[in-house]
Amino acid sequence: MQRSKNDIWVGLFVLIGAAAVLFLALKAANLLSFNFDSTYKVVAKFDNIGGIKPNAAIKSAGVLVGRVESIALDPETFQANVNLAMQSKFAFPKDSSLKILTSGLLGEQYIGIVPGGDDKNLAAGDVIKTTQSAVVLEDLISQFLFSKAADGGNKADANGVKK
Amino acid sequence: MSWMSPSDIGFGTRSTLGGWGYGAGMFWRLLCSVGRTFKRFGLVRDQIHFLGNYSLAIIIVSGLFVGFVLGLQSYYALQRYGSSEALGLLVALSLVRELGPVVTGLLYTGRAGTALTAEIGIMKRDEVLSYMEMTAIDPVQRILAPRFWAGVIAMPILAAVFSAVGIMGGYIVGVLMIGVDSGAFWSQMQSGTDVWRDVGNGIVKSMVFGLAVNFIALLQGYEALPTPEGVSRATTRTVVVASLTVLGLDFILTALMFSI
Repeated sequence: MQRSKNDIWVGLFVLIGAAAVLFLALKAANLLSFNFDSTYKVVAKFDNIGGIKPNAAIKSAGVLVGRVESIALDPETFQANVNLAMQSKFAFPKDSSLKILTSGLLGEQYIGIVPGGDDKNLAAGDVIKTTQSAVVLEDLISQFLFSKAADGGNKADANGVKK
Repeated sequence: MSWMSPSDIGFGTRSTLGGWGYGAGMFWRLLCSVGRTFKRFGLVRDQIHFLGNYSLAIIIVSGLFVGFVLGLQSYYALQRYGSSEALGLLVALSLVRELGPVVTGLLYTGRAGTALTAEIGIMKRDEVLSYMEMTAIDPVQRILAPRFWAGVIAMPILAAVFSAVGIMGGYIVGVLMIGVDSGAFWSQMQSGTDVWRDVGNGIVKSMVFGLAVNFIALLQGYEALPTPEGVSRATTRTVVVASLTVLGLDFILTALMFSI
């Protein structure tokens, strides 16, 4: 096959295309954020996980320490079994607790891990049971209304006035 | 004269199905020609140069301006809800998923598809194709296949360039002109855009559009009436059919790829 002057232009065209795909993959989709660090798997049991999805972040003091791997419903306790992939370079005491938090008012939900005081550290396969469920807005409002109603009733009793 | 007699319906059905079958057969021949075509890569290279390189200017300029407009309009809508930081995500997702492949498909139809149809149609009119057949050269293999595969290669590249330039355009308007925070622009985009689901599916879309547009352009040229009027009609049909096919396929592909 003979060479022609088109070779260089077609080559440049293909290179521009490769650069564009690379730009989309690295800058727009952030392929590099996949971390290939080794992880250890921990299971957490939640009463309610709210809006947590696979690949959601696990943060300690705001720093990313792992990601949610998968979520399943325990058919016996009706709790959510959340499999967590914790980065091996971060070790947490065995009695650490988890809670579901929201970044900002409308942001995405993530799992916050609060370190406990145990001497031993979490190891692969451990189960974390001290968890705090996601805040469900409807529950919060109904609690607020009930407590308001209860307050009103108490006040009326104290004053001896019936409503 | 009854124009809807059973024999007319029968003839209509038969000729329509025949046309579809002929088109499908030609598409299959072009797909099967891949091995022999790439053995003579020089032909494909020259066509990539014509179809791809020369389309680059219109793709880059359009991508830039689509990015500008997306940046301006999305900012206008987003700042009402105080979430102008999501500008980057909105611009990136709209470009990578939809606008990049679709607008590239439409521009490519106008810029390169018409050229293909006219070229093949005039070859047919000048009896170049018949001459080749008489000298035992397969015009599908020698003329159509290199153009087809060159277009199929060029299309995803052009679409990727369009999306990348469009994101730069959104960045120029959003961050440099309006003043959205640069860090939030990129980090929102990166947290919301997935490499396979969004970028990968966009590239798959542009490949499908490349197959469709190039095939339609070549078939219209190959089947054009060998008269000046026939070639001009075939060119018009290329634009209409290819544009509608791109839009229709886009709907189907979006429904398949992004439905939950």
